[in-house]
Amino acid sequence: MSVEHHAFHVTEHLPALAAVVPLVGAVLAALVRNGTIAWLVSLAVGLALPVISILMLWEVQASGPISYALGGWAPPVGIEFRVDLANAYLAILVSVMAGVVLAGSPRSIDDEVNPENRAWYYAAFLLCLCGLMGMIVTGDAFNVFVFMEVSSLATYILIAMGRDRRALVAAYQYLIIGTVGATFYVIGVGLLLAMTGTLNLVDLAQRLPQIEATRPLFTAVAFIIVGLGLKLALFPMHLWLPNAYAYAPSSASAFVASTATKVAVYLLLRFTFSVYGVDFVLPETPAATLFMILASVAMISGSLSAIFQTNVKRMLAYSSVSQIGYIILGIAMISETGLTGGISHMFNHALIKGALFIAVAAVIFATGAVRIDDMAGLGRTMPVTMGAFVIAGLGLIGVPGTAGFISKWYLIQGAAEQGMWWIVAVIVVSSLMAVFYIGRVVEVAWFRAPLSDAPRRAPPELVLAAVALAVAVVIFGFFTEFSAGVASDAARVLLEGYAR
Amino acid sequence: MTSTLLMDIALLLPFAGAIGIWLAGRWPNLREAVTLATAGGLFIVVITLLMRVLDGERPEIHPIQLFPGVSIDFVLEPLGMLFATVASTLWIVNSVYSIGYMRGNNEPRQTPFYICFAVAIGGAIGVSFAGNLLTLFLYYELLTLSTYPLVTHKGTDEAKAKGRVYLILLMGTSMLLMLPAIIWVLTAAGTTEFTPGGVLAGAGLTTGMLAVLYTIFMYGIGKAALMPVHFWLPAAMVAPTPVSALLHAVAVVKAGVFSVLKITVYIFGIDLLAETGASLPVAYIAGATVVLASMVALTRDNLKARLAYSTVSQLSYVVMAAAIATPAAVIGAAMHIAAHAVSKITLFFGAGAIYTAHHLTEVSQLDGIGRKMPITLGTFLIGSLSIIGLPPLIGVWSKWWIGVGGADADQYWVLAVLMISSLLNIAYLMPIAARGFFVAPPDAKPGEPVALKEAPIACLLALLATAALCLLLFFGASELETLLAEIAPVDAAQPPVEGEANVNLQ
Repeated sequence: MSVEHHAFHVTEHLPALAAVVPLVGAVLAALVRNGTIAWLVSLAVGLALPVISILMLWEVQASGPISYALGGWAPPVGIEFRVDLANAYLAILVSVMAGVVLAGSPRSIDDEVNPENRAWYYAAFLLCLCGLMGMIVTGDAFNVFVFMEVSSLATYILIAMGRDRRALVAAYQYLIIGTVGATFYVIGVGLLLAMTGTLNLVDLAQRLPQIEATRPLFTAVAFIIVGLGLKLALFPMHLWLPNAYAYAPSSASAFVASTATKVAVYLLLRFTFSVYGVDFVLPETPAATLFMILASVAMISGSLSAIFQTNVKRMLAYSSVSQIGYIILGIAMISETGLTGGISHMFNHALIKGALFIAVAAVIFATGAVRIDDMAGLGRTMPVTMGAFVIAGLGLIGVPGTAGFISKWYLIQGAAEQGMWWIVAVIVVSSLMAVFYIGRVVEVAWFRAPLSDAPRRAPPELVLAAVALAVAVVIFGFFTEFSAGVASDAARVLLEGYAR
Repeated sequence: MTSTLLMDIALLLPFAGAIGIWLAGRWPNLREAVTLATAGGLFIVVITLLMRVLDGERPEIHPIQLFPGVSIDFVLEPLGMLFATVASTLWIVNSVYSIGYMRGNNEPRQTPFYICFAVAIGGAIGVSFAGNLLTLFLYYELLTLSTYPLVTHKGTDEAKAKGRVYLILLMGTSMLLMLPAIIWVLTAAGTTEFTPGGVLAGAGLTTGMLAVLYTIFMYGIGKAALMPVHFWLPAAMVAPTPVSALLHAVAVVKAGVFSVLKITVYIFGIDLLAETGASLPVAYIAGATVVLASMVALTRDNLKARLAYSTVSQLSYVVMAAAIATPAAVIGAAMHIAAHAVSKITLFFGAGAIYTAHHLTEVSQLDGIGRKMPITLGTFLIGSLSIIGLPPLIGVWSKWWIGVGGADADQYWVLAVLMISSLLNIAYLMPIAARGFFVAPPDAKPGEPVALKEAPIACLLALLATAALCLLLFFGASELETLLAEIAPVDAAQPPVEGEANVNLQ
């Protein structure tokens, strides 16, 4: 009896735990000042969070959205954590990626980060994770800003720890742009507060119809969209991203690339659909058309830039710019099919990019190579790592039988439903361009003689993490119940909005 | 065993074989035994399934649902059964040949070679069993990806460059055209399942849209090598000859024309196409490809390049016949898949045997080769005659049915294309045999007999087997007609022309 009561108790507090567990972990990691122990602490967090997230999803699926009043103050007065299908899905994505990256990273971090900084690295990593999870679970507009700052500040630290001196410039660039983004966001939220007197997202959704179509409201919408656009690296606000991904420590790149921008996309979804509602912002502002155009330009220009990169991490970063375009494109379609495509692509792309960046981390560990030309012959000397790279690359291209195909199918179908054939063309052309930049690596890795016969052996846990994600890319290419099924349920929830 | 279980086995066996080959990689004899055992096992399973399909069974399996309403489906039907039978039969012969060729030429990296080969065959079986467009697309792409390492097997700069052409053209066409076309069908008809009679009748597409969709499909299927997306095929000839033989004369290109035929019959429906004439533009393009590619073949001195252009031309027979969309033409198209497969593989085996024994690659080097390699060149001659379309070889039947189909549809230009092409076939194939048999070898000394130097025995066995198939299928053509009768009901004894005459009499 008491056990049952206890279990019920824990379930109730899941949303709070999702943010608090990594926060506590970060404090512990900072206090111990020892890299190995700090890693163990963060691994424990990385293993606990997926469990918390999955339990949250079950709870939501079983009995609807969870509302958690922080400190016992009932919303809308107190801060509310509110979890429905959309953010439960995102929470799983972020926590699983954190777990996989943490499990694979210790020796790669030992290799790339100064010994005195290692504990700080894990502390920053966990703080970043705390910020991301917080942004996901919170139901309060200002609280979003707080967690956004937590994650951003931690990310600047992570990037700055890269062993290349250019990492400092990259971190500084991101610091400036990230701060501008967060400031824009908070200005928008301030305007909303002034107009409605509330910060609670559900409350906002209910009060907005009364002040619909007033100029301050449009201003607020514009500030929030641009602020989030900067955070999610929507073309042409993506300039911070390639350097940040390229010069951060490899496993930090893997984590940030697969999660951070997705959380900003989630916030965009949340505001566009749940708070403003499909009836207001999208029909009365050119937002959808604008998104569609920017997304299309991102997809083509991002892929094009990726083709001409010489640094493999920068190549993957530009590929991310293009893949973010796919996600935004799905959102801009404002249909269930399109949204399903966009949301499932967040998950699928996280797996794919995670696998690619971790494989690159293994390559960097083994050979020190970051230029594509330096990867000569690795197909023969590191077959497992490069095998994972190729499989994930096929996912990026969207070959059937991989996760990438599933989301692209939804996106193409969504465009076809609305008769937007030029969008279909953009999607397939951008996919084809991925053949070029992935193919380039394949040619170098298999058709050139190795630079050295025996590269240093990459740590097995790192290779295993890449392989696990590559296998997941294939599995989610066939079994779509979670990746696309829950995404499509989440799309329905979002289209309904909070207000109705 | 139930038919569905047999289907599972047929679909999985090549992949299991690939794993087995990988595990046995250190011991070449064991590795080759695994290849042969897998090929033999697959053949038995496919033949058993063929018998059941002939008895009227139509087993289907639906293992995984991928999207709401769209699953990975496998359904057996006559066309697919025909392609699966061709692919699995020739895999055995080709494996025997490969062993002779790869060992005879001391090729490097043989284990990955056999692994990719088995995976490619698995792809071909998947294509032939596919129950809807999505499944077809999945295996179609697998076939492209698994053959890329085979095309680039030599690892030279040339192989790399040609591999690029291969991958970009095949993946490019399928991603840019075929995938959107599939989704167009899905949005218009609500299904992508292969349905007898087609799914697009009544889907609200105008004739113009149907013509556009059909053309997109035909170019989306780059493996059918309709001009001008045929460049990948000559490029692929950089691969070792067994790859050219089985994959680029049989499995890959036949997967292309098979998809063409399957989409024509089961997605558009030949009645709809015949009514609207939506496929005629493609028929004209295919007719032009038949003639043009034969002309290019004439100009090629490299034996494999000549055979490659010949393949481009022969593939367009199938596309042209499918696009004419009469029952007789469809039978001709399906039969040509089998006819060209056995004939062209014989020619490629011959080319490979000549390379293995004498390292000759150009037609102009082949003076007197028939005196040194009588078995090789004799079988090569049989293959040539079958391609040209002379009885008693299988090639004659498919051309006959295509001609009848053209006449049924009042497209008499088809007959002209067939005639011109046959003449061109003679012009580019017969000189090879003629040179080989009638011109004295350059190194021959007058008065002395020419020393025999044949290819390895494994190569010869394979050559004899495929040449025999060319002959046997001529007599077995009625079996093929029975198999295909369901998809294209024609009464051979009573051609439509006579039927019209009867009406007039009344």
